[in-house]
Amino acid sequence: MNQPVRVKTLKIDDRDVSGREDETILEVARQNGIFIPTLCNLEGLTPIGACRLCLVEIKGVSRLLPACVTRVEEGMEVYTQSERLQKYRRMVLELLFSERNHICSVCVVNGHCELQSMAQILGMTHVSVPYRFPRLPVDASHERFVVDHNRCILCTRCVRVCDEIEGAHTWDVMGRGIDSRVITDLNQPWGESETCTSCGKCVNVCPTGALFEKGKPVYERLKKRQFLPYLTMMREERR
Amino acid sequence: MHFTKPSPPSDDKRWRIVEATMRRHGYSPNALIETLHSVQQTFGYLETEALEYVSKALRVPLSKVYGVATFYHFFTLKPQGEHTCVVCMGTACYIKGAPQVVAAISEKYQIQPGETTADGKLSLLTARCIGACGLAPAVVFDGEVAGKVTPDEALQRIGRWTDQ
Amino acid sequence: MTPEELRKLAESQEGARPEPRHRIKICVAAGCLSAGSDRVREALQNEIAQRGLEGECEVKGVGCLGLCTAGPLMLVEPDGVMYQNVTETDAADIVQSLGKKPVERLVCPSDMSFFTKQYKIVLENSGVIDPEKIEDYIARDGYTALARVLEDMSPQDVIDEITRSGLRGRGGAGYPTGLKWSTVAKAGGSRKFVICNADEGDPGAFMDRSVLESDPHRVLEGMAIAAYAVGASQGFLYVRAEYPLAVKRLRTAIRQAERLGLLGNNICGTTFSFHVDIRLGAGAFVCGEETALIASIEGKRGQPRPRPPYPAEYGLWGYPTLINNVETFANVAPIIRNGGDWFASIGTEKSKGTKVFALAGRVKNTGLIEVPMGITLREIIFDIGGGIPDGHQFKAVQTGGPSGGCIPEQYLDMPVDYESLAKVGSIMGSGGMIVMDETSCMVDVAKFFMDFCVTESCGKCVPCRVGTAQMYHLLDKITSGQATMDDLALLEELCDMVKYTSLCGLGQTAPNPVLSTLQYFRDEYIAHIVDKQCPAGVCQMRH
Repeated sequence: MNQPVRVKTLKIDDRDVSGREDETILEVARQNGIFIPTLCNLEGLTPIGACRLCLVEIKGVSRLLPACVTRVEEGMEVYTQSERLQKYRRMVLELLFSERNHICSVCVVNGHCELQSMAQILGMTHVSVPYRFPRLPVDASHERFVVDHNRCILCTRCVRVCDEIEGAHTWDVMGRGIDSRVITDLNQPWGESETCTSCGKCVNVCPTGALFEKGKPVYERLKKRQFLPYLTMMREERR
Repeated sequence: MHFTKPSPPSDDKRWRIVEATMRRHGYSPNALIETLHSVQQTFGYLETEALEYVSKALRVPLSKVYGVATFYHFFTLKPQGEHTCVVCMGTACYIKGAPQVVAAISEKYQIQPGETTADGKLSLLTARCIGACGLAPAVVFDGEVAGKVTPDEALQRIGRWTDQ
Repeated sequence: MTPEELRKLAESQEGARPEPRHRIKICVAAGCLSAGSDRVREALQNEIAQRGLEGECEVKGVGCLGLCTAGPLMLVEPDGVMYQNVTETDAADIVQSLGKKPVERLVCPSDMSFFTKQYKIVLENSGVIDPEKIEDYIARDGYTALARVLEDMSPQDVIDEITRSGLRGRGGAGYPTGLKWSTVAKAGGSRKFVICNADEGDPGAFMDRSVLESDPHRVLEGMAIAAYAVGASQGFLYVRAEYPLAVKRLRTAIRQAERLGLLGNNICGTTFSFHVDIRLGAGAFVCGEETALIASIEGKRGQPRPRPPYPAEYGLWGYPTLINNVETFANVAPIIRNGGDWFASIGTEKSKGTKVFALAGRVKNTGLIEVPMGITLREIIFDIGGGIPDGHQFKAVQTGGPSGGCIPEQYLDMPVDYESLAKVGSIMGSGGMIVMDETSCMVDVAKFFMDFCVTESCGKCVPCRVGTAQMYHLLDKITSGQATMDDLALLEELCDMVKYTSLCGLGQTAPNPVLSTLQYFRDEYIAHIVDKQCPAGVCQMRH
């Protein structure tokens, strides 16, 4: 980048902050220790604004905008913690919990799950929508990993990391709407995939217990994500 | 990097039609949907071998091809029956009795929309709106649009196919 | 090229032919075709051949004549007689009657409100010209607007004229067209695109389909003028795969226009080049959304992107892109020819011009109509539409498809324009207008539209993907008599959440049918929940 990047000053929750013109509200908020919840977002992967947890209110804008993809602008006044936003965030989580089969007590990542943590942080104490209990498969055909669709929240981090960082593009999403599912190759058992390199990046970025490593006890299920921003930076420099 | 064009899944001459479509778009990955249309038009549905071939020819990852093929409801991965009957379930047709037409066919042939009869003769499908609202309820019999169709008329027309 | 040169060019293509004494124009748009109009055309041609009248009488296929419910429709000229519900067996009688008394039993009165109360701009060539002949289009001042633009006007002049006209996007959102063009024109870079959104997915809408089948060149001309105004040289027409006839006619039209130098390289002998390619949809309603449409042209799953950035800034393959609806483009040539002020003199203060509506449902005259903005619902439904058949009572009219709402009797005298419709909880939408009588259950209608949204949701964002499914489940409970008042409260909460947190227009407007029926027909919901009864007698109660 040869041209000078402009710096913008704005307010988040009435605090004066500054950010580069190519930074998002989420990035600037995090730099300043301001918490905005996210689930589909992961530093190092292209943000997509899908989970809607990071929606913020901006003065003068009638719509709620996702902080993870909205660039900062001069004079912006952002509010992240209104009652309305908190209510919507809890409802997003309730919808997620009701969508598939999230039973923490028998889950491999109990205690190390981002969905669970987010529910605790945002104060979700009840799920007011009925649980759908869809019947979804578990695919343990891969030598080292398992995909349990019952725990998937369709955040598509696995798709993005496999496409953008590993470059194999083994994962993608099939179908549409509530019938969507993450799949490998032509919806074949993961163990039969010709493109998978068994790098394990997808397992490490998965926020829930949908993707996990075989043979590890619950207390050892810590995800290793340090590689992400490093690899992204390396690729950008090379470009 | 040198790119060698893959060969089609079989000697079937109809693959030339698909190749022509891909060539017209310069074998660009953008041409995925146009190519899938070509395959479906030529062979009636999208077979696994066809998806693998398109994936290689356009250099689009397998899972991406599958994701696109299953996202769009126009594409089908299963062979269709000898005859297809598409009942429009758009608003106007719904108000004017399309559900009754579907129910009549469903009951007589024991299949739900999206299914084919066991003998492979008839596939029943529903469409979201085919744009013939002035003639509601509309039904497409083997590609031919018919308007103001009653359940009896529908059964009559299908009867002519199955009673052969 | 001047209009004179254009006409000469078209005439030289057609060759000198003597004007026939009689001309029979029969509609060959999809509606009448499905009622057998091609067989009628054949029968007429046979009849004429048998009587040796080929030189005197011509049978011509034309586009939509509007009154689809009475098809096959035809017009006999110069007598000006319109026949309806014509079958092949009527061919002999019709040919016999040419120049004499018309065949009474087939006559469709041309002084019906259905015809007299319309004001045709977009549809002015529909039913008049042969959509497969560019010469017909040119004879009706076709491509003269484009020629004039290239000769006399700068891109900014064009944008000014469109802005002056007050034209608003006809796809549903009603965004000022001039402003959109201006934004794309100002965007930097030498590579820009123009896309025509012909992915008409609203169930109950067939306006775009009719325009494409009846007057494809009108759309192409509009796209070319837009491309000149914003600085694009490549265009895409994204058409639903479910419209094969429209696709066929468009392909033919593009070929014909290219052959005459009216499309492609160096249009009208100038340095302006504009190529149009057709891209097929594949059965995804969400691809009517701008960013999803772009993803589809890029060969991907049709999932929308968060906006901003808008396509005008970052569109197809990252380049500035202008996307407009078919009907919007169809208005461009007349505006250039007659001036923006002329267009602005029609309609209301904020909604200029005319709108094409697909009138369907429980109304006598179903079909395609074009009326000036500001006309009342009552005029449309009871005058033009002929009222409710079979002695039933009007209950509501649904506009805007799955993104719109149901309007009850008390608003029948309101003007039809963008603002008024929004005020009563609906939207203009693309033009679908479904009339309902007392045999329709409004809760069932809300459930129908929610089912549509569940099936068409792309699945990317949580509120739409799961929220619509949960709302559908609640509506299903209500219509089967198994719901409680708590369920209704939950439904209203979900409506609010899905409306304000969804990523794209599909999710954001999915709650609208529920919200509008709750506003005007709340008693029906209560009857289903508390009394376990369906007042309209439609819903099957399950206990």
